[in-house]
Amino acid sequence: MPSTPHVVVIGGGSTGAGIARDLSMRGVEVTLLEQGNLTHGTTGRMHGLLHSGGRYAVADQASAEECIEENRVLRDIASHCVEMTGGLFVKRPEDSEEYFQEKLAGCRECGIPAEVISAEEARSMEPHLAADIEKAITVPDGAVDPFRLVVANAASAQEHGARIETHSTVTDLLVEDEEVVGVEVEHASGPGKRVHGTEGGREEIRADYVVNATGAWAGRIGEMAGVDIEVRPSKGVMTIMNVRQVDTVINRCKPKGDADIVVPHETTAILGTTDEEVDDPEDYPEEQWEVDMMIDTLKELVPMLEKARTIRSFWGVRPLYEPPDVGSEDPTDITRDYFLLDHAERDGLDGMTSIVGGKFTTYRMMGEEISDHVCEKFGIDADCRTDEVPLPGSEEFSVLRDYMDEFGLRSPIGRRSVERLGSRAEEVLDTDEPNPVVCGCEGVTRAEVQDAIEGAGSDLNAVRIRTRASMGNCQGGFCCHRLANELSREYDEVTTRAAWDELLQERWKGQRHALWGEQLSQAMLNYAMQAATQNRDSDPADGDDIEFAAFDGGREAPDPSADEAGVATDGGEDGH
Amino acid sequence: MAIESDVLVIGGGLAGLTSALAAARAGADTRLVSYKQSTLRNASGLIDVLGYTSDGEGPLADPYAAIPDLPEEHPYRTVGVDTVRTAMSAFDDAVPSYRGGHTDRNALVPTHGGTVKPTARYPDSAADGLASDDRDVALVGLESMTDFDARRAAAHLEAAGVPFDVRGITVRFPGDLRPDAKVTRYAKLLDADEEVSVRGRRRPARAALAERVNPELRGEPRVGFPAILGDDEATAVREELSERLGAAVFEVPMGPPSLPGLRLEDRLFAALSEAGASIETGNPVTEFDGEDRIEQVYIEKNGAKIPNSAEQYVLATGGLVGKGVESDREGVYEPIFDCHVAHPEDRYDWFDTDVFGDHEFAGFGVRTDEQLRPLDAGGTVEFENLRAAGSVLGGYDFAAEKSGSGVSIATGYDAGTNAASES
Repeated sequence: MPSTPHVVVIGGGSTGAGIARDLSMRGVEVTLLEQGNLTHGTTGRMHGLLHSGGRYAVADQASAEECIEENRVLRDIASHCVEMTGGLFVKRPEDSEEYFQEKLAGCRECGIPAEVISAEEARSMEPHLAADIEKAITVPDGAVDPFRLVVANAASAQEHGARIETHSTVTDLLVEDEEVVGVEVEHASGPGKRVHGTEGGREEIRADYVVNATGAWAGRIGEMAGVDIEVRPSKGVMTIMNVRQVDTVINRCKPKGDADIVVPHETTAILGTTDEEVDDPEDYPEEQWEVDMMIDTLKELVPMLEKARTIRSFWGVRPLYEPPDVGSEDPTDITRDYFLLDHAERDGLDGMTSIVGGKFTTYRMMGEEISDHVCEKFGIDADCRTDEVPLPGSEEFSVLRDYMDEFGLRSPIGRRSVERLGSRAEEVLDTDEPNPVVCGCEGVTRAEVQDAIEGAGSDLNAVRIRTRASMGNCQGGFCCHRLANELSREYDEVTTRAAWDELLQERWKGQRHALWGEQLSQAMLNYAMQAATQNRDSDPADGDDIEFAAFDGGREAPDPSADEAGVATDGGEDGH
Repeated sequence: MAIESDVLVIGGGLAGLTSALAAARAGADTRLVSYKQSTLRNASGLIDVLGYTSDGEGPLADPYAAIPDLPEEHPYRTVGVDTVRTAMSAFDDAVPSYRGGHTDRNALVPTHGGTVKPTARYPDSAADGLASDDRDVALVGLESMTDFDARRAAAHLEAAGVPFDVRGITVRFPGDLRPDAKVTRYAKLLDADEEVSVRGRRRPARAALAERVNPELRGEPRVGFPAILGDDEATAVREELSERLGAAVFEVPMGPPSLPGLRLEDRLFAALSEAGASIETGNPVTEFDGEDRIEQVYIEKNGAKIPNSAEQYVLATGGLVGKGVESDREGVYEPIFDCHVAHPEDRYDWFDTDVFGDHEFAGFGVRTDEQLRPLDAGGTVEFENLRAAGSVLGGYDFAAEKSGSGVSIATGYDAGTNAASES
């Protein structure tokens, strides 16, 4: 065994980033490979709920207990990614009293602080709750920013020596004598940060061990080494509202069901969700009825949602897994628990373990377990510290408020920048340059954007998830070109233009599911600004050469048609 | 008693203003009512007529030649190419500060996004920036203005193949403006030539700006700034900068809030007042009386409903952006008179999956007879004395075609003229 084993972790979601951080903190040499951006797969497509465990307290108590434990850990180590909003399980008259009592008892059995409050008390907390609700249970649910959390994990891993490769797709596993000994990778651009237009290439990466943390994509990696991993991907829709109709997580208190949660998230509220098994995690229908159901069902809890403005919808795929002998018919019956599949024990293939199932709130615990597993294999005696050491940005959250004055940022922009950056605020915002706001909806300043570009390369979608720029009401209508302008300080025009186009396409993708009312007006305004005012849709720089001489050259340039008529060039109508 | 007029125009954007001006100049007693800020402040202030065909061919050097081949439902086909020309001449008359009327050909104007776009008329302030002019250009950006990066714009223009050398330079605007100062703040400062503090000395803003730019220039004969160069005193600001820089000075049109758009709006409101029309802004038309014919409309003002009656009405309330066309999850509608707006039943057929694809929603609006009178679903005239103009019309995609202003001017002119002649 080598003294410092090299472990390749495949998958840059919360699980993969959590594993990379844990292993590298224990002194292991780690390479993390992600086919898209960090969070590109399932992590970036979740509703942002930091579970208290309340949702699993009746049907899946093991998961519920893990949730409340990790909920407490994340509040501590990731304070700049978490907003402790609190949560309510709300009972409507038609919902079962028996279930309400089971929920309350279940929460208490699992150690989740839970209290019953009256309808009046609930409405004094959340005035937009329906008038006819009966009562509610309070639980410590919260909101968490998955992008910020994963980026912080990756940054911490990097600080501990890990190599992080995004836009790098694993195309094959290297297998020798029934053992996985590495991976073959296709880089979209060269190794390192992504830069548009930079030639990528193939790379063979040898590893002492491979961890497959690709969630819904786990089967695809397994196949490369001939092992069967039956992940059952299940899709769910999430619809984003333009404002926070609620400041508390609102759950419907009834057994499993679609459209039963509203999560306040940054400036928005996210409605969720559905649970439907799909064949392919990358190709599944995204349908109108799903969006309509979110609004039409959740308005029973929060009536104003019916007329409220939604800014986009997105779908995520849960990487559900159950041991083959269980055989659940309905995906909602599949456990949310996670499984560690050591392919040596399971399939006689050494050198690789897959981790499947689980959920975002328990990503750290999953990372810990698999890191323990890997360390044991290599005889490394190092304790897990990810539950105690704050993530970069969460180190000294208490002093944050002071930064606002220090950097002359106006509230609420300053407050929001500082909340996003956490204890990194000083490092990022301490600039002698003017620091104008680039994204007005989310209050993102130039310094933050430049900091994100430094970390993300020329990928504006990666800048977006780090800063939230272009994720507010206007969905980038007013700031996509500004982000391109910011990028151009570091990258050339061609690279910038490619990244800009990619951002425009990505922003359009989710808005399509919100196109009526105010958001359709917004979409038309964006289209007018980008196509009519900027000519981004028919940009001659992207197309054929123009014969400039065929166009009006201005008052001083000779006008051939005018010359023929023997009229002065500045004549126009009055010249005749 | 209702407030009475011959022609009542609803909407204060380019179409409404053009329409009211045409009606008033034709001798009708004309009244214009508008509710919200007009969308001119969102637009670049350029007057596009037709830059690309409905199939995306272009940029077109001659917009008029392409009009007869547009699809039949296009508003230009409804009014005809001759009316487009006449309407553009009327615009030139009303707005002498615009250029481009000396030729049928489109100009290519640099955009703040960095490329060029075809347009038929441009404000005086943009005239020295045309891309078919082969004089070299220096573009000046302001350090804290995120909407325009001069270096990137210059490189982008070169990628578009412009026939001159172009270089971007970035300066810090003199004085202590906060980094998020609005464009109107820059403009007012230059209008008034306020004194600003530069290294402890007080200097007039225009001179101070020129002093920042001058050392960066390499003899370029023309210098472009983002469109912040004054509001009321724009010409004087430009002339003084031009003299101090020893170069022609032009503005690159910007997005909202657009000073060239606001200047144009001011000019058109002034022309309308001069023509003797009455103008009321800030209150919405909410209801009307009448079945085949509109008897009167009600303007909501401080909770009261004020009746306004006229012989002829022009609907110029805008499209999806201006809220002359609205939608909900079930469908698309025209909110004042409930004129029919054709649209696919399935909401997911309203758009294309590509950001700049062929979007059905871009063409949402009322369809009309040859006199611009809205038609119901069965093809019958909705109201015999109601005409529609501008973006409330359907059947064309102004953003892709670069035809927004031209359609507003042509249909506004046609609707206003015909309304006047029937009143």
